[in-house]
Amino acid sequence: MTEVNNEENKIIKPDYCDPELFCTALPKEVPRMNNIIQKFYDWAQANSLWLLAFGTGCGSIEMRPLYTARYDISRYGIAPRPTPRQSNLFIISGYVSVKTLKRIIRSYEQMQNPKFVIGLGSCTINGGMYWDSYNTINRLDHYIPVDVYVAGCMPRPEALIAGFDELKKRIKEGRGEGANEYAKNFAWYKANQKKIIKDWDMPDYNW
Amino acid sequence: MKELIERLRSKFNAKNIKEQRKNFVFITVEKKDLEGCVLYLKEFEGYGHLTLLTALDWIEKDQFELVYHLHNYSNKTDVSVKTFIDRKNPTMVSINNLWAGARVYEREIKELFGIDFPGCPRVNDPFALEGWHEIPPMRKDFDTKKYSEETYFPRPGRYTKDNVAQMEEQLYPVEAEVKNGIAETVRKK
Repeated sequence: MTEVNNEENKIIKPDYCDPELFCTALPKEVPRMNNIIQKFYDWAQANSLWLLAFGTGCGSIEMRPLYTARYDISRYGIAPRPTPRQSNLFIISGYVSVKTLKRIIRSYEQMQNPKFVIGLGSCTINGGMYWDSYNTINRLDHYIPVDVYVAGCMPRPEALIAGFDELKKRIKEGRGEGANEYAKNFAWYKANQKKIIKDWDMPDYNW
Repeated sequence: MKELIERLRSKFNAKNIKEQRKNFVFITVEKKDLEGCVLYLKEFEGYGHLTLLTALDWIEKDQFELVYHLHNYSNKTDVSVKTFIDRKNPTMVSINNLWAGARVYEREIKELFGIDFPGCPRVNDPFALEGWHEIPPMRKDFDTKKYSEETYFPRPGRYTKDNVAQMEEQLYPVEAEVKNGIAETVRKK
């Protein structure tokens, strides 16, 4: 969609925020029911985790043995999916640069409710070894809501499996409310995202 | 290797010749001789592979240094050609007509050091930094820690502990206290 103007050697970007092409409605909070049906939903959601196969950093190397024969995550009923529309678990694997954060936000907002996020590695907690980098974010929870952190540099696949167990426990207790939190504090998350991403050329909420 | 160095010295006035190993030599040439020198090495001496093109910031000399690392596959030798350019108005001749791979290096150097390569295709496009408004981040006068603390919401409670200091405090607490006390008093005076 980008046209290169050879005279000035510069990319002309089209208008991504055209309301005819994108739905501009903001996310809505879905209230919990607090009855036995909600408990059944929580149990069902905890046992139906489909993770988005999107490696943001070095941690994506640890996710390959996790999918395949060595650690075989599908024995726990968890499997990778190629697109955000079909998945509800997003693993931010390792450091997040500003360029990647833009893609992470787009992917996260395209995922369907209820959606969960696991931050893998120390870089998502406080920046890890890239804490003073000019291009790597320090705290992931300022940009998208995070359910479970797995600390380490890099955590082994066993640690990530323990993180899945923790996430299942949280969802069964009714605490996997990341999507509602995102809708509730939408203005705060958006302000933080726009502070970092200087050339914002996306719609405010893209789904 | 000796004959090659002699030829480079007579043709391009190569200075600061340093033989790092018997198959690897550093030379420094003037900015105007650089394109001719790498062209000569490529076409007549068999150095057909551009391994690396990088820049260094010598802020105290007010200069940028560019390093062109070339490799010869037939006799397995390397030549690293260096040149110094002015830091105030950093412009360099593009060598993308000699190696197409130099386009990526030149685009990267343009973004991270702000050295311009006129004529290189797409040299002004963002490479890794999208929408960057500060001075180029690999320059020495860019304070990356300060920028990160102001921009990226640092998590409080982060501290570092030197291994030597920690072991001293554990094993010899009294001696460590005395030593640190003396060091502090000396520093204050």
